[in-house]
Amino acid sequence: MSRIDPAFLRGLTQPRSALARRDALRLMGAAGAGLALSACGVKGQGGKEKVSRDDVRKYWSGKVKNNRLSWANWPGYMQDDRETVKAFEKETGIKVTYKEVIQEMGPWFGKIQAPLAAGQSIGFDLMIMTNGIQLEQCRQLGYLAPLDLSRLKNFQANAGQPFKNPSYDPGNAFTIPYESGVTGIAYNTKYVKEEITSIAQLFDAKYKGKVGMMGDSQELGNFGMFLLGIDPEKSTPADWEKAAAKLREQRDKGIVRKYYTQDYVDAVSKGDVWMTMAWSGDVYSLTSPDVKFVVPKEGGTIWTDNMCIPKTAENPVDALTLMDWLYVPQNNAPLTEFINYMPPIPSTQQIIAGEAAKATGGDKKDLERLSTSPLIFPSESDLARLKHYRRLTQAEEAEYQKIFEPISKGS
Amino acid sequence: MTGVRGRLAPYLMILPSGLWLAAFFLVPMVLMVSLSLQTGNLIDGFRQTLHWQNYTDGLSTYGDKFVRSLWYGLVATVACIVIAYPAAYWIAFRGGRSKSTYLFLLLLPYFVSFILRTVSWKLVLTDNGPILGPLRDHGILPDGFHVLDTGVAVVSGLTYNFLPFMVLPIYVALERIDPRVVEAAYDLYASRLQAFLRVILPLSLPGVFAGVIMTFVPVSSDYVNAEVLGGPQNTMIGNIIQTEYFNNSAYPTASALSFALMAILLVGIFAYARTLGTQDVLEAARR
Repeated sequence: MSRIDPAFLRGLTQPRSALARRDALRLMGAAGAGLALSACGVKGQGGKEKVSRDDVRKYWSGKVKNNRLSWANWPGYMQDDRETVKAFEKETGIKVTYKEVIQEMGPWFGKIQAPLAAGQSIGFDLMIMTNGIQLEQCRQLGYLAPLDLSRLKNFQANAGQPFKNPSYDPGNAFTIPYESGVTGIAYNTKYVKEEITSIAQLFDAKYKGKVGMMGDSQELGNFGMFLLGIDPEKSTPADWEKAAAKLREQRDKGIVRKYYTQDYVDAVSKGDVWMTMAWSGDVYSLTSPDVKFVVPKEGGTIWTDNMCIPKTAENPVDALTLMDWLYVPQNNAPLTEFINYMPPIPSTQQIIAGEAAKATGGDKKDLERLSTSPLIFPSESDLARLKHYRRLTQAEEAEYQKIFEPISKGS
Repeated sequence: MTGVRGRLAPYLMILPSGLWLAAFFLVPMVLMVSLSLQTGNLIDGFRQTLHWQNYTDGLSTYGDKFVRSLWYGLVATVACIVIAYPAAYWIAFRGGRSKSTYLFLLLLPYFVSFILRTVSWKLVLTDNGPILGPLRDHGILPDGFHVLDTGVAVVSGLTYNFLPFMVLPIYVALERIDPRVVEAAYDLYASRLQAFLRVILPLSLPGVFAGVIMTFVPVSSDYVNAEVLGGPQNTMIGNIIQTEYFNNSAYPTASALSFALMAILLVGIFAYARTLGTQDVLEAARR
């Protein structure tokens, strides 16, 4: 064995502060060089929301059916036994990987943004995005595949008029609806001994520490505005400030127990909160009979969850096939019966009503309730009463977020 | 020949870790510093300003979150010491031949995912759950009492999740103590308490020191516990950074906050090392 150089040993075991300091300086020099390199910033990627026929043709040319697809969805948006997915697989031979990975739009966008910006696959070919800030960003940044409407024959034929050509995606360039729903109030009748009809009751000090609100800044802001009688779609930054002040007061009085994402369902059925902002279908499909859902008299918002294909999808043709398949009323009815949200296909109502006529006992009652529910098949006048999200411009969005975002973070 | 190799050897040995650190620590750090001085958004792009605006804005907006994070970090770290020291002591001196079994049992819960463990605390602490439900039904707790979504829940979760990082270094320090040193103390008529205070405790302090660094830093920057177990009044700075980065794509703000947090923690650790550094502890033990 060769002798170990004593200097080597000393170097390993003794502090070498002078040298270390010099090294540190050298490292800082390298860091400075790196800083200079990255000092130039990053160019904007916006303005890609306009697509031409050529863009559509270019995207879809050479894309083939691969007989597999992977689908990112929200929890509770499919039967527990995945009946609809299985029916689709059986009929088309396309194998579906179904994952409930979306809890809230903000975090989901955060997760997919980096790979999409780099042109990499996000591991999903189909995703469900709510109309709102993040969908708008995906559109403008060119993260979504332009839809070939000529291959969406069932959509063209069966989609209800309010679900076509929405303001948040003119001409259905990138999205078609999956389901719509209403944001309202859910309360647990085991604990709340009065009838809840109004948003003002969410601000009642009597329910201190027992109220849940949503953390999503658009949903939260909307409720603050409803309380003040402001229509979110026509609101101004001054209105936002007023609404934020109310919401902050509600929080600081200790009325709000927590700002929830999807997990409010659990909290309200267990009684951790007694009443909470909620999405219509979630409460309809709850097994707990104690929890009731109401659309507050001040207003409720209608939103749409949309099917869209990330531009980097590996199996876009299969995704498009599934999107169109869901627009066959017979295929959609079982899904709607389970998730209890508003289907974009009005004729689903006749199918469910027909099933109700044939069914017996408890099933009959459930199906009848479903086919006549204004929350699932709203009439024109019902729809008119519901309010819409405001479409925020980029400049507005920054201001909006700055006003409402800190509320759920305790600032 | 041997001379050259001998001189190069230390550098060759440090090369793999050096490259690793340069690629995955130094470069991202530099990019982050650069990013923290920029302004803009995803759609319009980010522009370099070379101004400290993001830092001053971040600190003035979220100063209370910084303070809260450090406070929670301190409380959880102290709680960790109080719980970990006796456990480590018992395993090291009374564990006998089953020491490794006890250590394994201690680590067993940590084979389960961090998130899952935290979520299961939520099930335990829920208002009508197995603990609070019966206590309230028997009138021991008042009606509105709850633990979930409070600071107590967050600090408890943090303490639980980072406990092994305190137990293990203390255990290692205690385990290395030569039993003859302790015997010598008794031979010199030290009482049990004196032997502990003047021999065992000083010799184990390097372990406590290491444990404090290994818990305080990750605890102060944690966001999972506050997210799962906390309410609106328990947001920590980690949650803000997480939201700014992943939800809002506000990379400059998030970078500035991260850097500010790192600087605060570094200064804190440096001051702590200066006043209670390992070297001094060892010297104290030698005396």
